[in-house]
Amino acid sequence: MPEDLLNIQGVWFSYGGGIEILQDISFRLQSGDYLGIVGPNGSGKSTLIKLMLGLVTPKRGEISLFGTPVSQFTSWQRIGYLPQRLRNFNPNFPGTVAEVVSLGLLAGKGFPRRRSREDAVLVDNVLDVMGIGGLGTRRLGELSGGQQQRVLLARAMVGSPSLLILDEPTTALDPETRENFYAVLKQLNRDHGVTIVLVTHDTWSIGHYASRLIYLDKRLVFDGDFDDFCRSEEMTAFFGEYAQHLICHRHHQ
Amino acid sequence: MPITEILSYGFMQRALIAGTLVAVLCAILGVFLVLRRLSLIGDGLAHVTFGSVAVLLLTRVGAQSVSLAAIPLVMLASLGILRLTDKARIYGDTAIGIVSSLGIASGVVLASVAGGFNVDLFSYLFGSILAISPMETWIAAALFLIVLVAIALYYHDLFAIIFDEELARSSGIRVAAINRLLVLLTALTVVLAMKVMGIMLISALLIFPAVTALQVARGFRSTIVIAAVCAVVSVVGGIFVSFVANLPTGGVIVLVNAVLFVAAYAFRRCKE
Repeated sequence: MPEDLLNIQGVWFSYGGGIEILQDISFRLQSGDYLGIVGPNGSGKSTLIKLMLGLVTPKRGEISLFGTPVSQFTSWQRIGYLPQRLRNFNPNFPGTVAEVVSLGLLAGKGFPRRRSREDAVLVDNVLDVMGIGGLGTRRLGELSGGQQQRVLLARAMVGSPSLLILDEPTTALDPETRENFYAVLKQLNRDHGVTIVLVTHDTWSIGHYASRLIYLDKRLVFDGDFDDFCRSEEMTAFFGEYAQHLICHRHHQ
Repeated sequence: MPITEILSYGFMQRALIAGTLVAVLCAILGVFLVLRRLSLIGDGLAHVTFGSVAVLLLTRVGAQSVSLAAIPLVMLASLGILRLTDKARIYGDTAIGIVSSLGIASGVVLASVAGGFNVDLFSYLFGSILAISPMETWIAAALFLIVLVAIALYYHDLFAIIFDEELARSSGIRVAAINRLLVLLTALTVVLAMKVMGIMLISALLIFPAVTALQVARGFRSTIVIAAVCAVVSVVGGIFVSFVANLPTGGVIVLVNAVLFVAAYAFRRCKE
């Protein structure tokens, strides 16, 4: 029986006691899943990611990672995280691609954290897998948006995590790079067994690649696969027939 | 005067030793602070140092002990800056401004109560590296070791949080603790540097070598190494030039740093 990597039960959340951003969210994620989380702006998608990572604490409800409550979870090397964007990223940041990617290995190290020779091999390997081998000595700020995003994905992947959590990773990418990015993720899920949670606005694309779709609008509106999403009368009532047709039509082309 | 004769003076040997130690520490911490957008914290803590020194001189603490006695006060102020940023929901530069002005204000008021500025207080304001005592050199060496070992132990954690706090947190790094460590180490270094650079010019030694290195370095480690080399060159060069030309050492060190920065900037522009 597949292991529960993530278990969210009855979670409510609000910032500073204000309006509830998330209301009574419950779902489980099992090993090998590829879950897409979609929803409009302000629907609580990014907040849900922060809750999963223990970056914020729920007002009510329980979240566990690999069977351990997130507040007590310490095996962060089992999780790779790719944010929507880097906060306050300085284009003149002097770190090389290899230095940045090796940050993804820190979680598995005890005190004091030290780099080993194997780390350099792991970094080189993951850069090759991401198709950016040869960029290791370049400054991150010198790369294009698509290359930077691959570097950050490499940082998330270098420790061979079981669970990869991505928050709108394709926002700054052009359509072709975005499709390539989704293809890389699909390969990681299919060939390497990495469980994926991906938040996006792009319902059609994620519907095309993910095995499961959650539609969030402060509450959990839909949980199923993309075909069910397109056939769901509840979704038709939620979006309107025309909007639902537009979302699903590209899928059937 | 031949260089061997200059180096034969005990005060010159102590100045070079203490100056080099301070330069290396300021350069390393400066890279973290500049990239963390906390570069003015050195200035703010230096102003607190001014207030602390005024308190200590007023209470007749011996001149030899002023540096050690100022350490807890400046450390508290550094934590105060972090706490203001976290709890009072104000930006870091504003918090630095608040603590900095409080430090200066306290110093001015206390100096007035003591009957005006005296020679000791002026020596801390503008530095007096050539007057460093053997005891102060030993204190500098001890603080240097403490700060350097702490940075070596937490190097990867510090690198992670200056790259991105949220990513660092998602890797299980205790970001708040590492932030506290960074400002506490900065406080120690500022106290250590006040006799070398003077309170008014400490921040230059934290900022200049880092921004000079950022012009030319490729990679984080090489940034730190280049910053340290620039800082040592500026301090050693500044000490010699100021001694030979009879100029204020702190000011000359800053001017040498400015020359290095312009050279690095020009080098980068030529390469582009």
